[in-house]
Amino acid sequence: MSINKKTRQLLGLTALQIFATLLVLTFLMPTLWMISSSFKSSTEIFVVPIKWIPDSLRWKNYVDAFTQPALPMWDFIKNTVMVVTVSLLGTMVSSVMVAYSFARLQWPGRRLFFGIMIATLMLPGIITLIPRFIMFKDFGWINLTIPVIDVYFPWLPLVVPPWFAGTGLYVFLMYQFMRGIPDELDEAAKMDGANRLQILTRILLPLCKPVLATIAVFGLIQYYNEFMEPLIYLSKLDSWVLALGIRAFNDTNVQNWELVFSASVVMLIPVLVLFIVAQRYFVQGIAMTGFGGR
Amino acid sequence: MPISQHPTSNLFMTNSKRIPWRDWLAGYLFASPFIIGLLVFVAYPIGYALWLAFQKTDLDFGGLTTKFVGWANFEKVFTDPIAQQALYNTAYYTIFAVPLQLIFSFSLAMMLTQPLRFRDFYRAGFYLPIIVPVVASAVVWQRVFHPDYGILNDFLSWFGVPAQKWLFDKNLAKPAFIFMSLWQIGRQMVIFIAGLGNIPQSLLEAASIDGANAWDRITKITLPLMTPLIFYNLVIAIIASFQIFTPALIMTDGGPENSTLFSVLNIYREGFLFFNMGYASALAWELFVIVIGFTIAQFYISQRWVYYEE
Repeated sequence: MSINKKTRQLLGLTALQIFATLLVLTFLMPTLWMISSSFKSSTEIFVVPIKWIPDSLRWKNYVDAFTQPALPMWDFIKNTVMVVTVSLLGTMVSSVMVAYSFARLQWPGRRLFFGIMIATLMLPGIITLIPRFIMFKDFGWINLTIPVIDVYFPWLPLVVPPWFAGTGLYVFLMYQFMRGIPDELDEAAKMDGANRLQILTRILLPLCKPVLATIAVFGLIQYYNEFMEPLIYLSKLDSWVLALGIRAFNDTNVQNWELVFSASVVMLIPVLVLFIVAQRYFVQGIAMTGFGGR
Repeated sequence: MPISQHPTSNLFMTNSKRIPWRDWLAGYLFASPFIIGLLVFVAYPIGYALWLAFQKTDLDFGGLTTKFVGWANFEKVFTDPIAQQALYNTAYYTIFAVPLQLIFSFSLAMMLTQPLRFRDFYRAGFYLPIIVPVVASAVVWQRVFHPDYGILNDFLSWFGVPAQKWLFDKNLAKPAFIFMSLWQIGRQMVIFIAGLGNIPQSLLEAASIDGANAWDRITKITLPLMTPLIFYNLVIAIIASFQIFTPALIMTDGGPENSTLFSVLNIYREGFLFFNMGYASALAWELFVIVIGFTIAQFYISQRWVYYEE
């Protein structure tokens, strides 16, 4: 009887294993197809039924994708790196400051603002799209050429809001983590004459490395993916980010699927590498956002 | 919620409730990025959008010129067939995509908490689509759905299903978007996996000994304990679905016959292609109220079905 049950369980698990394998392969199909097709010749792309392994790896597709005169891919990459870096830096600095204030300092209105921050997590962002555009236009930030030094810098509408703790989620994550650090550490440092900034940067931050890594990973993906805001703020081709570039690539290469695929793979590679290297921070972060510590 | 106390402040002060002004100032200073950001980038724009919704706007090189038109924009919101179609499409998408996403991600999480081999590999595999940049996945899926050379029809042909036109068929375009959204459920799945890991094994074993079968254990123990996370995923998924934009702009640009013209795409068009920013703001306010209304309603309804452990 009990052996029978064991066998049945084993059979069930084996069936599940096979099912899971088939399902995960199905899930990976679009991504694998995209990678395989990025190496195909333009005739192989349109072979029916689908050819999964190209006859030879055409690296030339990648070269061609980068040398289209109409779409300066290198500029897109440079702009993306700049926008993502500045936005991410602002997110980290401001989230740490605000989380510290919520977690450790006492001031009237703290609970109210914390509540508002939680509420903004559920705010549909579309409502601010149009007024923000008009506001930035009034600021003169759209298509801005910085006077005196005469540098074209149209990215301010993208990179400034992150410096103001624009994503409440990251503040919340940071806050949750800081609440887990014992108060006694702060007190001891205070006795030794440390001020608040020193307590934050020398005592708390080194302990916050895991959550900082999580925020960095999430923020990077978020800003890298950003599409709608660049779409409305960046009008000149050479100021575009990769997300806009890939879309334009798609529109102009209707016949050359292989080039569209290789351009998409180029955009995928950095985040794929990040995913492989920092996988545990993705999972940690998501688990924390759901119901962390409450 | 316990408040972190500063024991030192109690030593020097007669009234422990009063906070020294230096602490006040420090608190506001450290929180200032959020407070300023909230006022400048959130609160003011929301109010400004409401004001704009009552204006007829013109955007030219000189800037924005406005003229008060009363309720005209809102009247148009409720009568314009395009706006109604967009709202219908968005509701259709949300009503089908969200429950399917939840059922699917929950089932995956259940499967991936069983003692399978290479479990971490499977988890990573199901999570991977979330990593693929949104624009890249839209570009790829546009081709996945291609009637002649896409992999979906190729895959379905193994099971004898005839080729479909998907994004070129006004009846199949929305289901295609819903189908694609099921590919991107990694985030929900990971949250469910984390929650399933927190369910005490002893509880399930005790039920087993008392004669509960697998189905009973799922419906009577696992599901009730998971309701807070189901609720969380539900709220987030509804907010996201109502605002679907990027895939629609890239894959179909609203077509065929406006069958994938979703609300945000319509707002984008009105605001930034036709420069009817007043009318677009009225549309945005409509969507805003709907989404907030849904969210609040869910918090009320949740009291009936979400189980919180004391």
